[in-house]
Amino acid sequence: MFYPLAAVTVVSALAVITARNPVRSAMALVATLASLAVCFVALGAHLVAALQIIVYAGAVMVLFLFVIMLLNVQEDPHEGGRTGLKVAAAAIGAALAALFGTVLLRGGGSVEGAWPAGFGTTRALARVLFGDYLVAFELTSVLLLVAVVGAVVLARHDSDESDPGEVEEPQ
Amino acid sequence: MITAAHYLALSAILFFIGATGVVTRRNLIVIFMSIEIMLNAANLAFVAAAAILGKMDGQTIVFFVMTVAAAEAAVGLAVMIALFRNVETVKADEVGALRW
Repeated sequence: MFYPLAAVTVVSALAVITARNPVRSAMALVATLASLAVCFVALGAHLVAALQIIVYAGAVMVLFLFVIMLLNVQEDPHEGGRTGLKVAAAAIGAALAALFGTVLLRGGGSVEGAWPAGFGTTRALARVLFGDYLVAFELTSVLLLVAVVGAVVLARHDSDESDPGEVEEPQ
Repeated sequence: MITAAHYLALSAILFFIGATGVVTRRNLIVIFMSIEIMLNAANLAFVAAAAILGKMDGQTIVFFVMTVAAAEAAVGLAVMIALFRNVETVKADEVGALRW
């Protein structure tokens, strides 16, 4: 079960970074996120898997697709340039992935089946989240508020002419 | 025998796929998606560590990573919209006004 899942995850992740059309990248990213959610289930993290689908594959991907279509991003005919640089980057990336993967594969342990009762449930996560990590949780809510306000301020269209933020007119 | 270490190895592979995407692509939106792949690889490592240790802390950290990633996506895409409004491009190498 693991190897087909890992194959789907890796192939769709590769499709994200190789697709010319940004919409295809986004669709491949949805596949990556969904197969990662299956990985989370296999590792006993059921609530995290549900959050992965709802937050990432749902909300964040809608945001990405919305921006892609709002900006009308087309396929890039010049994206194929600098082939030598890309081959070098891909080779270095593959070498590092092989190195780290081998090291982690040899060093990791397994206690599957030895999880405590209720591992990965909403109750177990909530006990830790609202116990040890309560301050971090509250700070996270402040972060989200700041992010929402910042996003609205940045993306707002200034219709009045006195706009100090406009540095350069589009040619 | 599949162990949690296999998932750690998978997370390493995904992380470097994302890093390669950040280095090689020029479309800012695709670079953003590559960053999301890297964040998700880190999430997978956290969940695998939680499974190895049998403790919930790793999964709790994933909750925070997801929140920060959502905030980052919202602000980053808003920056991209503001950038597009000013220079009519989302290519990383066509935005060089701050380069020296």
